[in-house]
Amino acid sequence: MWKWFHQLASPPHFYRISAILAPWLAVPGLILIAYAAWQGLFVVPMDYQQGDAFRIIYVHVPSAYLSMMAYMIMATSGAIGLIWRIKLSHAVAAAAAPIGAGFTFLALCTGSIWGKPMWGTWWEWGDPRMMSELILLFLYFGYMALRSSIDDTTKADKASAVLALVGIVNVVIVHFSVEWWSSLHQGQTVFKKGTMDADMRIPLLIMLLGFTLLFGAMLLRRIRTEVLFRERRTKWVREMILSPEGGA
Amino acid sequence: MDGLAMGDYGAYVWSCYALTLVIVVFLSWRARLRHKRVYRDIEVRLKALEDRE
Repeated sequence: MWKWFHQLASPPHFYRISAILAPWLAVPGLILIAYAAWQGLFVVPMDYQQGDAFRIIYVHVPSAYLSMMAYMIMATSGAIGLIWRIKLSHAVAAAAAPIGAGFTFLALCTGSIWGKPMWGTWWEWGDPRMMSELILLFLYFGYMALRSSIDDTTKADKASAVLALVGIVNVVIVHFSVEWWSSLHQGQTVFKKGTMDADMRIPLLIMLLGFTLLFGAMLLRRIRTEVLFRERRTKWVREMILSPEGGA
Repeated sequence: MDGLAMGDYGAYVWSCYALTLVIVVFLSWRARLRHKRVYRDIEVRLKALEDRE
């Protein structure tokens, strides 16, 4: 097992394996998303309080969950890179940031659109969940800006890893904000007993799985690009690109 | 048509799903595009080096 991890952390090995693995995540992910979207839009009964507006949950919750998961992956990989100096882990952190920012933006937009008919407002500046999620988006932007402002990749890796680690505090706040403070946002729903009927919950869990698989495929593709860029002066990249078969 | 109207919430529900589709397609397309660009840049540089040698 340990040997397998060691092999996977080798850039040329990872580059080859990820090309094979990505479609095996993307295709089932897309199928699950399509199925869950159809269920969520047309099959699941409407909510007795929120009516059909509740169907937004099937895109809002997965995007909010990925916004936090991507950040945790980014921070954990950064920490692994700082402590054990595994080259691949910094590439993982750098690759997770733009995807995380995309899903955070999506969570904010879908939340705002859902908020208008339910709360009567697009945005509430005093709401802890909304504000901490907005800060999460700014953390992603800050992380990416910091990376691109430092030319030396090693220095950029270290500085951005420290920033990512500090920002974990905000992810904890995003997660627990609805329990710690009074908020317009509803409390924990998905994994709490008695909050959601199984007919509504199962498509949501399928959607969460589909989003996770698709995220995995996107992440693999971005890590491949990072690996290729960082290893551009190495022998294996030279051999792969100049070989008659290529290696895109 | 009633199913599409979503009980007067159609605009909110459909705009969320449409936005999700746009963001997911955009993220996938950007990832693919960046990979192509990086690959092409390295290829051009290596071929130029090879020609010089």
